Amino acid sequence: MSDTFSAVVSIGFHGIAFAMVLYLISVGLSVTMGMMGFVNLAHGVFAMLGGYVLTSLMNRLGVPFALALAGAAVATAVASVLIERLLYRRLYGGDELDQVLLTMGLIFMSVAGATYFWGPVQQPMFPPRWLSGQIDFGFRSFPGYRSFLILCGAALVTVLWLGLERTSFGVQIRAAVDNLRMAQSVGINTSRLFTLTFALGSGLAGLGGALGADLLAINPSYALDNLVYFLIVVAVGGLGSIRGPFFAALLLGIADTGFKYLLPELGAFFIYALTMAILLWRPRGLFGRV
Amino acid sequence: MATEGLVRTGISAGQEAIGAFARRHRHHPLEALPWAAAVAAFAVFPSYLPLGSQILATILFALSADLVLGYAGIVTLGHAAFFGTGAYTAGILAANGWGEPITGLLAATAVAALVGLLSGFVVLRTTGLALLMQTLVVATLLHEAANKASFITGGDDGLQGMDVWPIFGLFRFDLFGRTAYVYCLVVLFLGWWVARRVVHSPFGRSLTGIRENVLRMHAIGAPVVRRRLVIYTISAALAGTSGALIAQTTQFVGLGTLSLDRSGGVLIMLIIGGVGRIYGAFIGVPLYMIAQDRFSEIQPVYWYFWIGLLMVLVVRFGRGGVLGLFDRLRR
Repeated sequence: MSDTFSAVVSIGFHGIAFAMVLYLISVGLSVTMGMMGFVNLAHGVFAMLGGYVLTSLMNRLGVPFALALAGAAVATAVASVLIERLLYRRLYGGDELDQVLLTMGLIFMSVAGATYFWGPVQQPMFPPRWLSGQIDFGFRSFPGYRSFLILCGAALVTVLWLGLERTSFGVQIRAAVDNLRMAQSVGINTSRLFTLTFALGSGLAGLGGALGADLLAINPSYALDNLVYFLIVVAVGGLGSIRGPFFAALLLGIADTGFKYLLPELGAFFIYALTMAILLWRPRGLFGRV
Repeated sequence: MATEGLVRTGISAGQEAIGAFARRHRHHPLEALPWAAAVAAFAVFPSYLPLGSQILATILFALSADLVLGYAGIVTLGHAAFFGTGAYTAGILAANGWGEPITGLLAATAVAALVGLLSGFVVLRTTGLALLMQTLVVATLLHEAANKASFITGGDDGLQGMDVWPIFGLFRFDLFGRTAYVYCLVVLFLGWWVARRVVHSPFGRSLTGIRENVLRMHAIGAPVVRRRLVIYTISAALAGTSGALIAQTTQFVGLGTLSLDRSGGVLIMLIIGGVGRIYGAFIGVPLYMIAQDRFSEIQPVYWYFWIGLLMVLVVRFGRGGVLGLFDRLRR
């Protein structure tokens, strides 16, 4: 196999794994943004929380990987419902600046809080034994945990998309994103729908943060450092879209991995330039409605 | 005649409103207060002058952010882009053999204005979250560029070896920060004068109109896009001046000048003082920076916790900041 081909396969593989993590974390942000018009910059805090719950459960208490993953998702969802009910709810449809300030405040508090509980150092994440090492796919072998990430992400995306198309909860979400007042008029309980959607989105973010704990390192400034990635996925994908962010995440994941591999000295510079170019061409994102 | 009286009161009320409108660009005696305080601080706290000049320069930065945020209603998370551009421009000039401060300041202002114009052209086409994200991306892009171009910016270690010449060839930047303090104060005064003129001009009024009701301003034929771009550029220029001030007075430029911390920090300082009222910057910045100077040395990380909590509380209870509080007490 030639070196070029090998490099392309490698970039594609790692890029897709990264994209899965980015999508799982960001999709909830896109939906809450589209449905409630709420600028939730603190969305990354939920992903960070998921990562901390997973690493703590596994490293300190010896909980099995699968159980720890579930724990991360559930804990994040519960925490997010509390925050939504106490703080966010009052600001729906309100001033954008208020939302930005409130959620930036939460990010700052999360930085200090995480340092207080877990210390300033990065939390190591050890994949379970059955996923560490290489998996042989016949023509070449791939790292086991990344392969698992891709499969797991693909399965979750399929379930999510089917759920939105086929279940009545999914129909309600799509209705509320399309036209909130009309959805209320036909008798959808949007208040409860907001809370449930928010919990679902945050739970997915927690799961994404936990699954991606070895890609996006779990440390106290997680929500601040990765904010720009999550915002790029949502804005390039198109606000309120559920599929848009998937393709944006794929683009970002593969481009980021590729540029860092091919031109390490220019780092993430190209990603940001590419983002600006895409939004210059399509200000509402690739899949945004006009 | 009842109707006639009614008409007459109506007319006099109208005249009063017009009078109030015409008077509001005039200088109120209270507006001398911050300048008096700044001059007094020079005499009373001689050992705190370095902190004082940092505060003065940061007030200019907050003032520039208030122009876009408070008057034009553009919520930005990347205002540090212009601050950092100004700081690096002045710094690179001084580190490479051109330490003349006034021309350095002007060059920094011009470069920051250019970056504001170019990025504003892209960023201001969107609104809401997309706009927010793009302002952040512009700042992150420049941060990354400054980080990677270490042969000229010093990268992660910061730019060292700046040699700033005396102002007008006469006033050296002394160890106690006296020259720096006066220099910052004079530049801040000029910046404040520009900002005040802009805000009270017909142009400034139309910006408020754009903030309050974009559709209506489109409908009456105001060139909305161009006006937003112009104020964004003016604001970027002032932010660049402020960054250059800090670079010249501290003789150091670090990557922190372009960071999200700084963009977010200036928003917090504005909120504490009060947004959209020019003088918010004069109250919020000293409060924040003095508190930071006192408390952050003890436990720098937990400083963030209290700032975060303060932001949540301000949004929840204290809209309008300190100046808003005064307004409410007066009523």
